[in-house]
Amino acid sequence: MTALVLLDHEEGRIRKSALSAVTAAAQLGDVHVLVAGDAAVAQAAAAISGVSKVLHAADAQYAHELAEPLAALIVSLAGGYDQIIAAAGAVGKNVLPRAAALLDVQPIPEVVRIVDAETFVRPIYAGNALATVRSSDAKKVLTVRGSAFDAAPAEGGSAPVEAVAPATTPNVSEFVAVHLSESERPELESARVVVSGGRGLQSEEKFHILEPLADKLGAAIGASRAAVDSGFVPNEFQVGQTGKIVAPELYLAFGISGAIQHLAGMKDSRVIVAVNKDPEAPIFQVADYGIEGDLFEVVPALTAALS
Amino acid sequence: MKIVVPVKRVVDYNIKPRVKADGSGVETAGVKMSMNPFDEIAVEEAVRLKEKGVATEVVVVSIGVQQAQDTLRTAMAMGADRAILVLSEESPEPLAVAKVLKAISEKEQPGLFILGKQAIDDDMNATGQMLAGLLGWGQGTFAGKVEVTDGRVLVTREIDGGTEDVSLALPAVVTADLRLNEPRYASLPNIMKARKKPLETLKAEDLGVDMARRLTVVSVAEPEQRKAGVKVGSVGELVEKLRNEAKVI
Repeated sequence: MTALVLLDHEEGRIRKSALSAVTAAAQLGDVHVLVAGDAAVAQAAAAISGVSKVLHAADAQYAHELAEPLAALIVSLAGGYDQIIAAAGAVGKNVLPRAAALLDVQPIPEVVRIVDAETFVRPIYAGNALATVRSSDAKKVLTVRGSAFDAAPAEGGSAPVEAVAPATTPNVSEFVAVHLSESERPELESARVVVSGGRGLQSEEKFHILEPLADKLGAAIGASRAAVDSGFVPNEFQVGQTGKIVAPELYLAFGISGAIQHLAGMKDSRVIVAVNKDPEAPIFQVADYGIEGDLFEVVPALTAALS
Repeated sequence: MKIVVPVKRVVDYNIKPRVKADGSGVETAGVKMSMNPFDEIAVEEAVRLKEKGVATEVVVVSIGVQQAQDTLRTAMAMGADRAILVLSEESPEPLAVAKVLKAISEKEQPGLFILGKQAIDDDMNATGQMLAGLLGWGQGTFAGKVEVTDGRVLVTREIDGGTEDVSLALPAVVTADLRLNEPRYASLPNIMKARKKPLETLKAEDLGVDMARRLTVVSVAEPEQRKAGVKVGSVGELVEKLRNEAKVI
């Protein structure tokens, strides 16, 4: 069996979650990857351990990984593959269901475990239940959760790179602009440590108190939905059912009460620390270490203690 | 321009879901059901577009059991003009739902579909993309902002590293993310008015759509529960534990 993995990238870098998708695909058989746009990314993809072929779609219409051209391209290539796989990030979640519909396949999103070639485990109800589902479709279309599979090593492979011809695309969509947050910090989904803030941070200005601590720990910064909705930080910081799913070695939650929708995004972290004024906050039920107290005292003290 | 908004009846956002003892699914009997929160945002956006004079009519559609008409009435109380209920088994799959919506589209000829980006029960996040694919239309998923001008729709999408703007030819499909708007509460007079708005009932078979499931649920289980750890009295104690016990810093 051979799987085709849509390898998403950002600013010339392969996303770490895409490397996790390669690992998931390798559990099913041979792995080919599809890179849309950037030729340097296609070259980098050739070195990923476990990849036996790179398909590169160089045509300008694929440069921004728009769903309409990319889904049409995947459909044109799908004949040779048993599975179409992508990481369950913004690109995979946008493109793969569209391709699946065109292939008359019911996609299986956010897979966390592959039982066999037909059977997959995925969380439902914000991770409050795990469903094991068996697909009767001849071809499987899956997105996989990056936090559930180790990233494939980015070195060690030497796969051939093959150019693919563009597919016919309905002329219905145009890329206009992208606005990425400038940050020197690690990517939230793959950071070893995440420092996260909630409503307890009180304001956009006060949210900055987390930055020196994140610098000390080499951590990414995350947030609860409440903090994002209140405008303390932009949407891409959100951890939870409908935001990003993270599973770092260490997750520090400051002023986050711990709604089930937030827990869905971080409860697979190895060690969880919670700091909250409210002794009854549900976050303490999942935290390995808790401090009942004022985060505006705890954060500076912790930052100083790590110096 | 007509806007069609599909809405789904799901276990209420505030209810903690319980896995059935026989592992066949999540308990829904006797549980409070509500409109999927993302679909409320979709309805709100459509109603606002009508209030701005961009849309002329807002039609809401639900595919599922008879009780889904309560969800449709809620959407009409928020401002939708009429409703279509397509009767089918409980929780049909996104592929089947997209096919039903395509059939509805042929009947209704909307200029825009607005859907919630995902349902909070099955967390599939697929129906809008699949519908756009079947129709051959452009898709603006995970929308944080929607502007309709000159036969096109400009959608600001929430992506992994920030936001992205795409411009789509109409007709198009948009899926709503959390921050697109804050849905209104239906007022009592509007709830009363919604009872008199037209609600048409169809059967999925009548639309010629095969609703057969492609995914069989083998089992549904509770995830492993994390155990609460310990509360520590000071930052010093926390650092000591993180260093020597958890060995994580």
